Amino acid sequence: MKVPQKRGVRKGINIMRLKGLIRKESYQIVRDPSSIAIAFVLPMILLFLFGYGVSLDAKYVPIAIVVEHQSNETSDFLAGFRQSRYFVPVIVTDIQTAEQAMIERRVDGIVWLREDFGKKILNTGDAPIGVFVNGVDANRARILEGYVRGVWGKWLERTSIESGRPLHIPVKVKERIWFNAEMRSRNFLVPGLIAVIMTLIGALLTAMVVAREWERGTMEALMVTPVQVREIILGKIIPYFIMGMGGMTLSVIMATWFFNVPLRGSLWVLFAGSSLFLITALSMGLLISVVAKSQFVAGQVAIIVTFLPAFILSGFIFDISSMPAIIQTLTHVIAARYFVSMLQTVFLAGDVWPIIIYDGLALTAMALIFLMIVKKRMKKRL
Amino acid sequence: MIRDQAHGGKTPEYVLRIEGIEKYFLAGKQRITALKGVNAKVRRGVVTGLIGPDGAGKTTLMRMIAGLLVPDRGEISVLGMNVARDPLKVQASIGYMPQRFGLYEDLTVQENMDLYADLQGVPKDHRSERYEELMKMTGLAAFTRRLAGKLSGGMKQKLGLACTLVKPPELLLLDEATVGVDPVSRRELWAIVYRLVEQEGISVLLSTAYLDEAERCQEVILMHEGHVLGQDAPSQFSGQLNKQTFMLSPEAESRRRLQERIRLMPGVIDAIILGDKLRLVTDQPLETDQVVQRFGVGSESSVQAVPARFEDVFIALLKQRTPGDEKVAHLETEKISHPPHNGSEKDIIVVEKVKRRFGDFYAVKGISFTVRQGEIFGLLGANGAGKSTTFRMLCGLLPASGGKLSVAGKNLRFAAAQARARIGYMAQKFSLYVGLTVRQNLRFISSAYGLSGQRQKEQIEWALDSFELARMADTPSKDLPLGYKQRLALAAALMHEPEILFLDEPTSGVDPLARREFWRRINRLAESNVTIMVTTHFMEEAEYCDRLVIMAQGEILGQGTPEAVKARFRTPRNPDPSMEDTFIAMIEDYEEKEAART
Amino acid sequence: MVRRIIALMIKEFLALFTDKKSRMVVIVPPVVQLIIFGYAASFNLDHVPYAVYNEDSGRASREFLAKIQGSPNFSLKTVIRSDTEIGPLIDTQKVRVVVHVASKFSENLLHNRPAEVQIIVDGRNSNTAMVVLNYLNSIVTDFNQQWAILHGHSPPPARLYVRSWFNTALDSHWFIIPGIVALLTLVVTMLVTALSVAREREAGTFDQLLVTPMRPLEILIAKALPGFIIGTLEATFIILVVVFWFHVPMRGSVPALYLGLFTFLLSAVGTGLMISSIAVTQQQGLLGAFLFLVPTIILSGFATPIANMPPMVQYLTYINPMRYFLIIVRSVFLEGASFDLLWTQYWPMAIMGIVALATAGWLFRRRMY
Repeated sequence: MKVPQKRGVRKGINIMRLKGLIRKESYQIVRDPSSIAIAFVLPMILLFLFGYGVSLDAKYVPIAIVVEHQSNETSDFLAGFRQSRYFVPVIVTDIQTAEQAMIERRVDGIVWLREDFGKKILNTGDAPIGVFVNGVDANRARILEGYVRGVWGKWLERTSIESGRPLHIPVKVKERIWFNAEMRSRNFLVPGLIAVIMTLIGALLTAMVVAREWERGTMEALMVTPVQVREIILGKIIPYFIMGMGGMTLSVIMATWFFNVPLRGSLWVLFAGSSLFLITALSMGLLISVVAKSQFVAGQVAIIVTFLPAFILSGFIFDISSMPAIIQTLTHVIAARYFVSMLQTVFLAGDVWPIIIYDGLALTAMALIFLMIVKKRMKKRL
Repeated sequence: MIRDQAHGGKTPEYVLRIEGIEKYFLAGKQRITALKGVNAKVRRGVVTGLIGPDGAGKTTLMRMIAGLLVPDRGEISVLGMNVARDPLKVQASIGYMPQRFGLYEDLTVQENMDLYADLQGVPKDHRSERYEELMKMTGLAAFTRRLAGKLSGGMKQKLGLACTLVKPPELLLLDEATVGVDPVSRRELWAIVYRLVEQEGISVLLSTAYLDEAERCQEVILMHEGHVLGQDAPSQFSGQLNKQTFMLSPEAESRRRLQERIRLMPGVIDAIILGDKLRLVTDQPLETDQVVQRFGVGSESSVQAVPARFEDVFIALLKQRTPGDEKVAHLETEKISHPPHNGSEKDIIVVEKVKRRFGDFYAVKGISFTVRQGEIFGLLGANGAGKSTTFRMLCGLLPASGGKLSVAGKNLRFAAAQARARIGYMAQKFSLYVGLTVRQNLRFISSAYGLSGQRQKEQIEWALDSFELARMADTPSKDLPLGYKQRLALAAALMHEPEILFLDEPTSGVDPLARREFWRRINRLAESNVTIMVTTHFMEEAEYCDRLVIMAQGEILGQGTPEAVKARFRTPRNPDPSMEDTFIAMIEDYEEKEAART
Repeated sequence: MVRRIIALMIKEFLALFTDKKSRMVVIVPPVVQLIIFGYAASFNLDHVPYAVYNEDSGRASREFLAKIQGSPNFSLKTVIRSDTEIGPLIDTQKVRVVVHVASKFSENLLHNRPAEVQIIVDGRNSNTAMVVLNYLNSIVTDFNQQWAILHGHSPPPARLYVRSWFNTALDSHWFIIPGIVALLTLVVTMLVTALSVAREREAGTFDQLLVTPMRPLEILIAKALPGFIIGTLEATFIILVVVFWFHVPMRGSVPALYLGLFTFLLSAVGTGLMISSIAVTQQQGLLGAFLFLVPTIILSGFATPIANMPPMVQYLTYINPMRYFLIIVRSVFLEGASFDLLWTQYWPMAIMGIVALATAGWLFRRRMY
C-alpha cells in the first residue's frame, strides 16, 4: 500500500541541518535540568548507593564460640578469632545459648570447643571442633566457612611451632590470586555497576527525549521540513553521546579516586569501549522511543528492559558461566553483558585484546542492528 | 522564485489538487474511515478555508498534503508534484504549521527561528533581512530572547507562523491555527495571513473548527465526518439561504417554550436561542408575515429577517444529507424538578472577592458575582482567563487564597460529603473511565452518589433511555463518538438529580448538531428549576445563557444578561455587535486602561 | 459507605483488567522474571573451567588431580605444558583457575616433605575467586586426610567438623528464590498503586471522584484494597512456584508468612499511594516508583547482605520495608520460624504502612493543582 519513498533529492547529510539540530538539542539539554540530572547526578547517586550498598566482603561477622571448659589451649585458639578482622566473637559457655543466638539471628555461626578440647589436644590429638554456619545465605555461609578454616590453619601452624611438634601436612596449597590480590569485591562490583548504570542512563536519555518530541508535536513540525531521517537520528545521538561520555568520565573518576579501584588498562581503550557501548545504549533508547512514541510508555519500557536484566543477567554480580545453558544464550542479547566484561578486564586485568575485541565487535553489531531498525521504523510519516 | 514545473513554465491555476482520497485507520480490530472520496482544489494566491467540526478529517487531510501520511487511495498533487511519491521535494516548497505550532518551548524566539532556517536551508546571508520582515509582521521583535514557552498563546501562534515562513513557501498550510487563542489574536492572525497573500503571493490553506471563520476566507471547503460537503465562496454558501433566516422576539411565551414548540414543526431547519431572541431557519424562503402566520408568534414586529450565517448553512447542509434524521426529536420529560425554595430569586451561588494565587501569579484577582436559582449562568473567557480556576474553587476542588464563596449556602471544600450530593459536575474533558463500558460507568458513578437497589436500577435505565445510550450500553466508553461521550458525561452528572449543575467547557469539540441537542437538554433542566453554571470559550454560546460574566486575566470585565453586556458596546457603526465583537472591545478597553495605569 | 467502597473497588479492577496493556504489566513480567531470575540469580558455581599444569610425573600427582576432576564444581578445559601459557589463558577468561603441580610433588609427598600445589585464580570477580578457592581447599583437605590415614601419619591436634544449618548443601538458590517473593510482590504492587491516583488525576476522573459524596477515607480504602488483593494473589502464586517448581523447602508457619506479607503489602501499598498522590502526571508517578524501588531493592539484602554495608548505610536500611519482609520470608522458608521469632519484623512494616497510608489520604485533598 505504501508508496516507496524515493530519495531522489539529496543523498548524504546536510551539514547545516545537522548543525541546526545539534544546536537545538544542546540548548534544550542546557535548559532542561532533568536531562542534566539523568546524565550527571543520577550516575553519581547510583554509584554511591550501589558502591556502598552492594558488597560481598563479609567483615566483622558475629560468631558464637562455645567454650565448655576454659584452658590454655582454648584461649590460644580463641586468640586467632579475636585477632581476625573478619569476626566479632561472642564467648558463651554452653551450646544451647549459642544455638538460641543463631536462631534469633544474633550470630551467623557457632564454633564449639567441647569440654575435653584441651585434654585431647595434649594427648591423642584430633580434637573435634564443631562448626555450624547459618546456611540461609549460602554464599555468606561458604565465605564464613573459609574464614574459619583460615583461622584454624593459622592456629595449627602456630601451635606446631610453639610445641615443637612438627605439623605434617601432605599437600600444601599456595594461592595466587591475580588482578585482585586483596580480594576486594568492590574492585569488580564498581566497574560492573558503571556498566549497569550507563545502560540505564543511555537508554533513559534518548528514550524520553524523542518521545517528548512526539508528545509536544514538534516532531510533526520537524518532519515537514526537508530534514532527513538520518539527520534526525544523528542530531539526537551526538549531543546525548557527549552528555553520556561526561557521565561516564565522572563515574570512572569516582571509581578510581573514591572507591580506589585500580585502572590497569589504558585510558584510550576504556574511552573507545565506552563510546561503543554508549552508542549501543543510546540507539536502544532511540528504538524504544520510536516504537513507544509516548514518554510514559518509553520510560516504563526503558526501565523494564534495561535495569533488571543488566542487574541480574550481565554477569555483574551473578556469574554467567554457572547459569543454565538457555539463560546463558539469553545473556548474549544484553548489551550490558559485553560492557561488564570489558570494564572488569580493563580496570583489573589491563588491555586483554581477545576479550576487548570480542566485546567490542558484539557491541558494534548490536548498535548497528538497533540503528538499522530505528532507521526503518522512523519514517518521515506519522 | 521561478520553479521548473511540469506545466512548461506557465503558472497553473491550482496549487493543490486532491483527487479521490480515502484513508482508514485501525482502532483495535475496527477499521475506521477517516476520509472518504475527498476531492478538492486550492487556487493560487487565495485563502482557502478547510472548515468542519472536530473529527471531520481536517487534520488527516492536512497531514497528507504535507506528506506525513499516505492516502490509502487517491492522489494529492502539490505544485504539480505528487506528494506520496516525492514528499521531500514537496516539503521543501511548502510551509506547514501543526496544531500546537511545533515550537520548542525551551528555546528562545530567535533560536526557534534559527533552527527552522537551518532545517529549511536558508542561506546565512539571506537571514537577517527575512527575520526583520517577519518580526515586523508578527510584532515579536521585542521578544527575540524570550523562551517560546513563556509567550502567550497568541504570540506562540505568531512565532509558529514566523518559523514556517523563514523560507517563503508557495503554499502555506495552517492546521487549526486559531484554536485556543483569544479572539483578539485570532483577528491579528487573519490580518497577517491576508498580508502574506497580497505581498508575497502565497497561497494559504487553513483548517478551522470555528464555523464563523468561514466568512473570512475567500473560498471554503466544507467537511463533515470524512466527506466534503461542498466547496465554494462563503457568500455563495450563505446566499443559498436567502430569506430563510429570522429573529423572533417571543411575546406571550418564554423563549425556551417557544423554541420547544416550533423546533419540530415542518419546514423548520433550525431554531436556537440567541440572547432574549430566537433564531429561526426555515427550509424555504418566507416573508415575515408568513412566518407570523405559520408559527403563531404574535405580531409582525416581533419577526425580523436577518442575513444567514455560515453555521445556518452548515446545519442546513447536514440536514439535507441525512433527511429524516430526527434522532434528537424526542426527549422524555425531565423527571428532575426542584420546587423553588423561597421564590426563584434566591442567590444560590455567591462569590465575593475571591482570589487564587499560584506562586506569585494571581490566576483570579478578587472577583464577585452571584447566581440565582434556576438560572443558566455563563462564565466566559479565552484560555487562561481564570474561568477554570474559578470553577474548580466553586466545586471545592481548589482552595481559594482569599475571599468568600458559597454554593447552596456552603463552601464545598469544607462541607460534609452530603452537601456534595446536591451538585452535579461535568469536567472539561471527558472524565469518565475510558476502559469501562457505558453501563459500568453509570453504575459506578451512581454508587458513588449513594444510589442503590431499585432506585439505582431505575436511574441507570432512565439515563440509558433518555440520553439514547441504550444501544451503546456495553460499548467501552473510549470507543464512543464524541457526541455520545458528552451525553454520557451529562447523564452521569444528572442521575442523582442535583440541584446545581456545574459544566466546564461542555461543548468544546462537539459538532453543531450535537451542540444544539446538548443545549436543549440544558434548557429543559433550567425550566425545571435546576441551577446551571457553565464555562465556555465559544462566544456565541454566551447567548444561550440567562446571565454571564466575561473574564480576562483573572478579572471580570463585564456581567449581566447577554443583551445588557452587548449594549455597552453598541455603536452607530455597529448597532448590533456580536458577542465576539463585544469581547474584543472589552479586551481592548481593558488593555488601554492597563496601559494608562502603568 | 461499604457499598461505595465496593463500587469503587470494582471499578479499579475493571479499569486495571479491561486494558490489555496494564493486564500484561501485572501478569507477564512477574512470571518471566520469576523463571529467569530463579535460574540465573545464584552464587553457586558449577563446572568452573580450569587448566592443569603438571610438572610431576609421579602417580600421587595423578591421584591428586583426579580428585579435582571428579568434582562436579570443576571442569577441565585444557592441560598445559609451560609457564607462559598460564597468562593468556587466565587473561582471556578461558579458564578461571590453573592448578600447577610442582616437579617433585610425588617424590616430596612420599618422603614426607611438604608437596606444593600452586593455585592461580582469576581474581577479577573476587566472590567467584573466593568460592573457587574454598572448593579447592576442601578437596585438598580431604586428600590430606586420606593420605594421612593411608600412610599412618599422626592426626593434627584438632580438626574442623563443619555443618551448615537450614541449607545443608549450601545451595544459594535457596537464598535468592524466596527473596524473589518479596522482590516481585513489591514491584507489582508499586506498579499497580503508584499510578492509580496519578492516572485518574491525568484523566480528570479524580476530580469527578472528589465532587461525589465519597470521603477521602473511602477513596483511600478502595484504592488500597486492589493493591492488597493483587499483591496477595501474586505472592501466593510465586510462593507456590517456589515450593513446587524450585523445591525450596517450606519449613515454618504459613500464617506467620502471610502476616508478614500483609504488613509488607501495607507498607508497599501505602508508599505507592503516597507517591501516586504526590505525582501530578503518570510519568512522575512512574519516576517516583522507580526512584523508590531501586534503592529499596539494592539496600534490602536481596542479593548482597546488609551486614556487609557500612554502618551508616545499615542504619538507613531500617526504614526499608523490604529488609524486614526478606528476613520473614527466608526465616519461614528455611529456618522454620514462627510468630514468636518474627514480631520484631512485623511492627516496623506496619508502622511504615500506616504512616504512608495516612499521608496518602491527607494528600488526596491537599495536593490538587
